[in-house]
Amino acid sequence: MPTARAWREYPQRYRYEAAVCKKCGKWHFPPRLVCDACKGEEFETRVMRRTGTVVVSTVVRVPPAQFKDQAPYAMAIVRMDDGPSITTQIVDWQEAQLKTGAKVKLEFRRISDDGEAGTINYGYKAVPV
Amino acid sequence: MRDVAIIGVGLTKFGELWEQSLRDLYVEAALKAIKNAGIDHIDSMYVGCMSSGLFVGQEHLGALMADYLGQAPVAATRVESACASGGAALRMGYLDVASGASDIVLVGGVEKMTDVSGDAATYALATASDQEWEAFGGITFPGLYALMAMAHMERYKTTSRQLAAVAVKNHANGAKNPAAQFPAIITVDDVLNSVMVADPLHILDCSPISDGAAAVILCPADQATELCQHLPVKIVGSGMATDTIALHSRKDPTSLDAVTKAAAAAYRQASKVPSDIQVCEVHDCFTIAEIMVSEALGFFERGKGGNAVETGATAIGGKIPINTSGGLKAKGHPVGATGVAQAVEIVEQLRGGAGARQVAKARIGMTQNMGGTGASAVVHILEAM
Repeated sequence: MPTARAWREYPQRYRYEAAVCKKCGKWHFPPRLVCDACKGEEFETRVMRRTGTVVVSTVVRVPPAQFKDQAPYAMAIVRMDDGPSITTQIVDWQEAQLKTGAKVKLEFRRISDDGEAGTINYGYKAVPV
Repeated sequence: MRDVAIIGVGLTKFGELWEQSLRDLYVEAALKAIKNAGIDHIDSMYVGCMSSGLFVGQEHLGALMADYLGQAPVAATRVESACASGGAALRMGYLDVASGASDIVLVGGVEKMTDVSGDAATYALATASDQEWEAFGGITFPGLYALMAMAHMERYKTTSRQLAAVAVKNHANGAKNPAAQFPAIITVDDVLNSVMVADPLHILDCSPISDGAAAVILCPADQATELCQHLPVKIVGSGMATDTIALHSRKDPTSLDAVTKAAAAAYRQASKVPSDIQVCEVHDCFTIAEIMVSEALGFFERGKGGNAVETGATAIGGKIPINTSGGLKAKGHPVGATGVAQAVEIVEQLRGGAGARQVAKARIGMTQNMGGTGASAVVHILEAM
């Protein structure tokens, strides 16, 4: 992944920075330039709490090339306690912890790498709490 | 807006076609459509294609295909809406004729997917999701549809056997289609015993990677009878809608709102209701997709789509035959071609030329094509003139 492309997303991947609409209060993660709820264009940057709830999950058994060494792995839609939903891996899990309603917390992890000369991509994965 | 008719159709074989290039496939389908219509020129052309850049390193398809079809300097451009590229191209062609800007328009769809490895194809297809906020974390396309399936099963008690029933039905139909990539009869147990890709979807719940092309010729409806050698088919409704690019941003992962909205626009324009539709081609990229789409189009109540397929309501001879061509599942899914190929099948059905797959006395049909996890949706209603 080109360095600038990865770098642009560090505030979200490393620090969970969300944009909160100054007009209607909706949390956006990742930030947007236009609020999809009220069309507002002014936002306040706030750090999102790292806790959330599993909406639905699956186990990916046939992975993309970059994730071959991790398969099989669990992926879920997680609704964060501050409102936004994300798609993330769940790690260190047992079956019951993938169920809808299970509580998780985001942790900083290695996500993938682009081969020997490429960048190593970091970001968040969810762990059961 | 003028009324628009389809007066010619063309389709290549779908499959792993090593001897044919991207341009060969497109030109073959386009020539078949031109000959089928019996016309001597076209005024403009649209090429539906998702990702020729990643699959064969070729962009700029409007000019390439016009050139190799011997039609330059005709106006030509490419239309892209991921797996809905073909349906979106059909809509652009429809609007071109309806507006009065062009009289005879060729709409083609094409994808050449098997020149690259499975990993490269998976990467190309994943670009239909949100690259930074879905694919980055390791989710695959089957994985996203698996999440939708899990949610549907949890809420509506849809079963793996019902998912499998979609594949079984579509392969039974595809076995009667000479263009189909996998015309093999399969059983529910075959599906359930096949390799798990992303729980609960097995490999036989997934559409294949395919090469292929399809094309149709459009003209103003009031010129159709004069120009057309066959029974002309009118496009009586055309709808398109979008939804959030990321599945996780939607209120409900069991609902395809863009499909519902695109269908509502098409129904309204055509003055039709779901019970008017006699044959329908839907975007069964995964078995769960056909079930969710059959609900979104209004054929069945929310949560009843699984039971409908299991009880034969969507088989040929059932209440609403779905995917008589074999669908993406058995016919194959060269992504950019799919939306146009759906229209080819419905035209064949309305002309009464679908052979062993023919739905008796079909006069009104529908096509539903979607991109990503339903972020783009295109619906057309066709009626025999």
